[in-house]
This record gives sequence, C-alpha cells and structure tokens, in this order.
Amino acid sequence: MGMTITEKILASHAGLDEVVPGQLISAKLDLALANDITGPVAISEFEKFGMDKVFDSKKIALVPDHFTPNKDIASAELSKALRTFARKHQIEHYWEQGRVGIEHCLLPEQGITLPGDVIIGADSHTCTYGAVGAFATGVGSTDLAAGMATGEAWFRVPETIKFVFNGTDYQPWVSGKDLILYIIGKIGVDGARYCAMEFTGAGIEALSMDSRFSMCNMAIEAGAKNGIIAPDEKTLSYLESRAGRPYKVYTSDADASYRDVFEFNVSDIPLQVAFPHLPENAKSVQEAAGIKIDQIVIGSCTNGRLEDLRVAAQILRGKKVHSDIRLIVIPGTQQIYKDAMKEGLFDIFIDAGAVVSTPTCGPCLGGHMGILAKGERALSTTNRNFVGRMGHPESEVYLCGPAVAAASSVKGEISHPEEVL
Amino acid sequence: MGKAWKFGNDIDTDVIIPARYLNQTTPEFLAAHCMEDADMAFAKEVQPGDVIIGGKNFGCGSSREHAPIAIKASMVKAVIAESYARIFYRNALNIGLPILECPEAVSGIAAGDEIQIDLETGKIDNLTQNTTFQARPFPPFMQELIKAGGLIPYVQRRKKDA
Repeated sequence: MGMTITEKILASHAGLDEVVPGQLISAKLDLALANDITGPVAISEFEKFGMDKVFDSKKIALVPDHFTPNKDIASAELSKALRTFARKHQIEHYWEQGRVGIEHCLLPEQGITLPGDVIIGADSHTCTYGAVGAFATGVGSTDLAAGMATGEAWFRVPETIKFVFNGTDYQPWVSGKDLILYIIGKIGVDGARYCAMEFTGAGIEALSMDSRFSMCNMAIEAGAKNGIIAPDEKTLSYLESRAGRPYKVYTSDADASYRDVFEFNVSDIPLQVAFPHLPENAKSVQEAAGIKIDQIVIGSCTNGRLEDLRVAAQILRGKKVHSDIRLIVIPGTQQIYKDAMKEGLFDIFIDAGAVVSTPTCGPCLGGHMGILAKGERALSTTNRNFVGRMGHPESEVYLCGPAVAAASSVKGEISHPEEVL
Repeated sequence: MGKAWKFGNDIDTDVIIPARYLNQTTPEFLAAHCMEDADMAFAKEVQPGDVIIGGKNFGCGSSREHAPIAIKASMVKAVIAESYARIFYRNALNIGLPILECPEAVSGIAAGDEIQIDLETGKIDNLTQNTTFQARPFPPFMQELIKAGGLIPYVQRRKKDA
C-alpha cells in the first residue's frame, strides 16, 4: 500500500519505512517555534526540565509578533522573557522589532521552513508551512518545551482527506482564501478534526505560493492536524533563493489511501465571506452583499503577503475608503513592507485613507492595533471570527479575502469587487 | 461532587480565555477571566469540584495553553465533552487537566446537575437525574502520560530510564 505525503514525512522522521494512520510515533523535529504569547509559557516549562541546553539552537525559532511593538508593560515583559531566553541559548532564528514579521509569513520567506520538514509550533497556524510541502502542526507550550529540550515530539499519524480542485478557470478575484473558506463551509470546523488535509489538482497548481499559504494556514479552522500541498515547480522556484539548507521533496503515492476524497471544480467557487461566529459560516459574497461594516483589516498570517496587498491596491487605486470605514493594512513582514512600498502600494492605501501598520498579529486576535467596541462589525482577511475575537464580546467579525475586503472598504458595506470597479 | 456548567458545540479557546488577557500568564489571573465571553457568571461562581460540559469540538482554535491552564486553575474537577479539538486535547493532558470524552453524558447532563466523577474508571454519575455514564477510555499512551502527571514528568522519567 502506498503512502501519502504526510505519512512519508512522518515515517522518515520516525526512522521507519512506513507508518499507518492511528500509529503513535516519535518524530525528529526540523524546527520548533513559538511567539511572544506562547513562548514565555514554553520557556518556564522548559526550565522545569532542568536542562542547560536546547536540542539545537539552529532549529528553534522565537518570533515576537503578537503583542509587538509591545502594547503595554505586561506584554513587554513577555517579549523580554523571549529575548532573554533567545540570547541565553543563542537561538539563531530570533528577530527584534524592525526585523521581525508575522511568524507564518516570516519563516517561509526566510527559507527556514522547507519541504519534507517536521515542524511544531506553539501557534495553531503553524500548519501554514504545509504550503511548501512540510508536515507542520500547532502544539501547546508544554509540547513545544519538550520539543525544544529533546528535539522530538510524539504524534498520532493522521488519516488524510484529499481535496482535489479541478480546472483553472477561476472566477475573477478568487484566491486561496476563498477556496479554504469554501471547503470549511462544506465540511465544518471539525470536518477534518485530527486529519491531514491534502490539497491537489490543476486548480492548486495554478495557485500562487501566497495563495497556497493562505489555504494551508486555515487547515486548523477545519480542525485539521496539518494542511499540505506537494511541492511543484512553483514551490522549488520560490525556495531557490531562500532555502538555507538541503531539503527533500515528498509526494503522495498513486495508491495511497485516504479517509475521504472531495472534488471541486474551481469555476464553481465564488468569492467567499464567513459570517460570525465560525469560519464554517461561509457564503458567497453575493449573499453577504450590503452588510454594513465599521472596520476592515487586510493582513495577518493568512493574508498579509505581497499578493494580498497587490490585489487590495489594484482595487483601491484612485479610490477613497468610505467615510464610515476604518481600513487597516498590515504587511506581514519587513520585506513585504518594503516591496509594497517600492511598488507604490502604500501611496495607493494612504491616498485612499487607510492606516498602514508595521507588521504585527495585532488586531487578528484582539491584541492591539484595531480593537472593536461593543456592537461594532469588522470585515477581515484574518482567520477567525469567534465571539470576541477582535475585541468586545458583542462585536462581530466577517472573514474574506483581500479583494472583497478592499472593495467593501470603498463601498462601506460588504461588496463584490465588480461593484466598485 | 460538583455542579455542571453546560456549554455548546465548538467552544473555542478565545472564549475559554480571550486574548486580551494573554499578556499575563499566572493561572489565578487567567482563571478569573475563564469562559467570560460565554458566561460572565462562570469565573465568579464556579466552585472547586464543578464540571464543565461541552459539546463537540471543545477547545477549537488557538493553541494557547492558557485555555486549559485557566480551566484547571478554576478548580473544576474535569471537562466532559462529546469530542475535543486536537491541540486542546494534547494541552489538557500535558498540563494534567482531566478531560473525558462521553457524548452520552453530554446529552444526559443539564446545567446545574450535581455530578460525581471517578477519574480512575471514567464513571460519571449524575446525582440529580440518578443516571450513570461511562467515559471512553484513553489509549494506553495517553494513560501513561496521565499517570506520569503530564508531559514534562513523563519525558523526565523516560530520560532517566534511558
């Protein structure tokens, strides 16, 4: 019996010829990462081990991105704990503000997450790195502490669900974000619980890397352990100037077994909007048309990449943000920030009347830089629309991709891009 | 013996402990805000030994370990749910928060019912309705983890054995 890409990566890191779903394994880690919220908890657990050293200072990434630049004294203490640990253990992948970015934008950009890797991160959106063909999954701080100490983590080998996207005739403005919201709308927020989600087909091959990151990023919103896309020419060319070490490309065997196989035609998938308070409440943008909005956020580990900003700028060029709307644009990394600036995207955003922020997770989790008051409603390119996610428990979040976000910021209500162009 | 606090499906970790409180890590502080976006009364009125009842996919969303830490520090005896999101499940076992999977108990327990749980056997008694349920047993590896008192002592023991 053949194996899936996820099974092959796990088997290779467990020193086994093959693994089957349900099997418990201990796998060697290529990378363990944490941020300024989860890192300090992991550090205090790590210290309970009574070990002097991390397993490998080159295989740990600590990314102060959630409450940074620090919003208050308490969050400054969290960053300080991360910084102190990073210095003490000479952690290679640590960045100060001014160089740091949103972890799941930054690490792939820097060529730190590579095909065939096993990666754990104390952040649920660690599954993003599946877009380069890595097995990457979110864990808690204690798992991360054990990973930093031992270089290994235990896993139950997941069953895989295959999502095949046929065709390349996408509807205008549809991106990876729409595909993943569409899937979550079909299978629900626990539809892939404990499973690997494997995305494949001509429709995926046609997607940019930035769109693939958006898709794998939200695998967790269907309850998945990981999302994954087998590397192809696009992946390899993305990595060509980035990869800092050798890597191995795995692909699924033709006779691999899957728990389920779902097939879609990309031409059937319209622009998506997920209604409060779960990502599974995905509908077509037409069904959401006319809903009044107070704040729009374009950014996050889901949609803070250059392609997302380009799409938004394409729609906003020469237009004004509606007088009732606060539009906040947050590039994911300093590199994305610089590239966007060079391309003149910031002129477009600022002339339109938008905020352009330094990279931060900020408003996505209701941290800072755009918190909602009671009764306010946001439309956001982020990943979660849970109760209270962006602020007051009686505020609301609608999720979408960058095109709908930009168009809606002009119209003042949820809109299809065609309505403003 | 304790009282049942009943919540619905897909209780996410943002609801269990909102990110506005994640700039602090002390269990007592987190417990003071536990579940507040779902039920403001919970943190104020929960008593040691009480039980949280959740539906399917309990603990979905963020990987924040602050969520099981907040629940544990609220002094609840255990969480009983129909099913758990995987990161929450790992985190709860890792920090020693007892969690039980038992769909029958979830439908057979109403808010406010008096509940008695035997964590050794997984037997759940609803004293108010005079019914008994059996939680699904943990796989052997998880049992070892629980017996060791969480992941850190488990790994330490393995290190010592090696």
